[in-house]
Amino acid sequence: MSDYAPLVLTVPEPAVRPGGTPDFSNVKIPRAGTVARPEIDAEPESIRDLAFSIIRVLNRDAEAVGPWAGLLTDEELRAGLRDMMTLRAFDARMLIAQRQGKTSFYMQHMGEEAISCAFRKALEPGDMNFPTYRQAGLLIAGGYSLVDMMCQIFSNEKDPLKGRQLPVLYSARDHGFFSLSGNLTTQFIQAVGWAMASAIKNDTKIAAAWTGDGATAEGDFHAALVFASTYKAPVVLNVVNNQWAISTFQGIAKGGSGTFAARGLGFGIASLRVDGNDYLAVHAVAKWAAERARRNLGPTLVEYVTYRVGAHSTSDDPTAYRPKTESDAWPLGDPVIRLKNHLIARGAWSEERHKQAEAEVMDTVIAAQKEAESYGTLHAGGHPSMRDMFEGVYAEMPPHLRRQRQKAGV
Amino acid sequence: MIEAIRDAMDVMMARDGDVVVFGEDVGFFGGVFRATQGLQAKYGKTRCFDAPISELGIVGAAVGMAAYGLKPCIEIQFADYMYPAYDQIVSEAARLRYRSNGQFTCPMVIRMPAGGGIFGGQTHSQSPEALFTHVCGLKTVVPSNPVDAKGLLIAAIEDPDPVIFLEPKRIYNGPFDGHHDRPVVPWSKHELGEVPDGHYAVPLGKAAVRRTGADVTVLAYGTMVHVALAAAEETGVDAEVIDLRTLVPLDLDAITASVGKTGRCVIVHEATQTSGFGAELSALVQETCFYHLEAPVARVTGWDTPYPHAQEWDYFPGPARVGRALLETMEQ
Ligand SMILES: Cc1ncc(C[n+]2csc(CCOP(=O)(O)OP(=O)(O)O)c2C)c(N)n1
Ligand SMILES: [Mg+2]
Repeated sequence: MSDYAPLVLTVPEPAVRPGGTPDFSNVKIPRAGTVARPEIDAEPESIRDLAFSIIRVLNRDAEAVGPWAGLLTDEELRAGLRDMMTLRAFDARMLIAQRQGKTSFYMQHMGEEAISCAFRKALEPGDMNFPTYRQAGLLIAGGYSLVDMMCQIFSNEKDPLKGRQLPVLYSARDHGFFSLSGNLTTQFIQAVGWAMASAIKNDTKIAAAWTGDGATAEGDFHAALVFASTYKAPVVLNVVNNQWAISTFQGIAKGGSGTFAARGLGFGIASLRVDGNDYLAVHAVAKWAAERARRNLGPTLVEYVTYRVGAHSTSDDPTAYRPKTESDAWPLGDPVIRLKNHLIARGAWSEERHKQAEAEVMDTVIAAQKEAESYGTLHAGGHPSMRDMFEGVYAEMPPHLRRQRQKAGV
Repeated sequence: MIEAIRDAMDVMMARDGDVVVFGEDVGFFGGVFRATQGLQAKYGKTRCFDAPISELGIVGAAVGMAAYGLKPCIEIQFADYMYPAYDQIVSEAARLRYRSNGQFTCPMVIRMPAGGGIFGGQTHSQSPEALFTHVCGLKTVVPSNPVDAKGLLIAAIEDPDPVIFLEPKRIYNGPFDGHHDRPVVPWSKHELGEVPDGHYAVPLGKAAVRRTGADVTVLAYGTMVHVALAAAEETGVDAEVIDLRTLVPLDLDAITASVGKTGRCVIVHEATQTSGFGAELSALVQETCFYHLEAPVARVTGWDTPYPHAQEWDYFPGPARVGRALLETMEQ
């Protein structure tokens, strides 16, 4: 006879399901300005606590406080606000366009705008992002053409990717935006490889890897951490923890590790957590991590604590798996409103200017959409050719593919 | 067809306490295609649960469970996402029985939505069946309708070896015949949409004749069965359409009986051509029916390019391309 009680399988569950009252009391949020800012060359071991806290700059009164504050000018902050507003307007228009059948699919950023928009400002020309589908702010804040983005989404005759890729899986080499694969986390390790190449060639460029919370479970993530750690690759390893992976809450990927940032500790990687809805905090941490990489001090893992306000994609309905009002209860607020209030508190912005900017931003996005639509949408107007489909598989088309193209009559 | 697949898992979970179901989003939510909806509520979260997003983890864990004695029926969210798990499938699940001389076995089913026709681009459209049929130790099943889907899935779960179960997602809601500009008739209006209650099995390794004909044999599976039927009707060619249902083990007798009668053979699949399953079929027809053949064996397949987004209907082997192949084969 065994002395042991029967084993039982643990399957984590989110605190609340549809019908329940949203509850984020488990998300411990330190006061803004209270987390220390280590020296740039701090040993990862000496800053372990940063993997369990949340670096925040904007306080409840919309003031920028603490050691991570003070990096950005009024002008830069206004530009940041405009980037986030543009991304939000872009999302709104593309969601409507998808419903109108102008594209097959779209993925929005609502609530997560600060992360990609602010991170982009910490990079230099030549640096390379290996993004996921929820970092279009890297393009917008980098000045990439809205029309080109929309042409990709509409798969039209000016689609830079010739209709080959699913909407939002952009590629923009000149803008430091690596070709998006769609297979989760495959690119996390590629960013490390890119960074290693920069070091091998004694270059000064760095790379940035991106993943969501859910996708950290992929083996590629763990491979990336060991490579980054072993070779001290000049890379920033970004984990966007928006609490959800489609219908799966973050506890399934995180298991017992406490935070996603803590995943880096076992690899000896400097690991920080930051308020992902705080433009100033995101920017400050991104700068710090990029600076470490550029000074050959090795990789940094950054977990952005945020919330996916919208549906996962246009194929998803989140009311089936989480309370409708959960996003209202999210304790870190809205990134656009928080930056807007901060600018007003600084005396560098006003409600009127904000309203006016909203209208201008929407006009810009609508004008871009008009132009993009003049080149066609998924089922109407100009579209990529059937020849485009056969080209680009190889540098030079091999005979068997040439024969197939002939057979297809193009 | 989704309901039929869910029903098969429901029937097997009720009959056999060793059947467990897991995968990305399959627990509370019931899967992105809702194939496991209600199973967690009914059987509890230790028999139907969400997995971390790690396909190698899902399959690797299932191999361990199967070796222990469970019968995992796991979901890979899209066949396009199985590649991280390929090592676990090829080197582990497929060979466990052989290399341990039967000490350990791997009775499990890996369900994956596959195939195109939904504007899913290259990450939601692939047909990787040949990557499985090439692996010794695996069985590979592709249903073409709800009645078969349920019976085949039950047979797959009861099978003592690992089975790859590819679900053509384009026919989840109805028998899509490739005419993308026409509405799809729902399964409720189709005789093979009337799924019997309770337990029944459609044996692995048995093909079905969907249309009898005298002039040419069409070998197809999954969505392409419906495309082939449409092509036969539209061209007036008296084609015999064989739905293979299981690729490994293959019902070679059904193929040779038909080609022996018609003397002509057209093979249709969505997957790319080079080293596709059509190549295997073509070789087998040549080996077993050579003296009956009156025309070269023809293949209609996806082009040898990654699956495109905008050019979906140029890529997808629709009734026009299949019809042309039927007519060309008849002219030989
Ligand atoms: C290898 C692979 N497996 C599964 C998927 C399907 N899939 C797409 S997004 C997603 C959820 C990802 O969640 P998370 O990493 O948290 O990112 P988020 O969508 O929240 O930004 C899943 C399962 C995929 N694209 N690739
Ligand atoms: Mg997420």
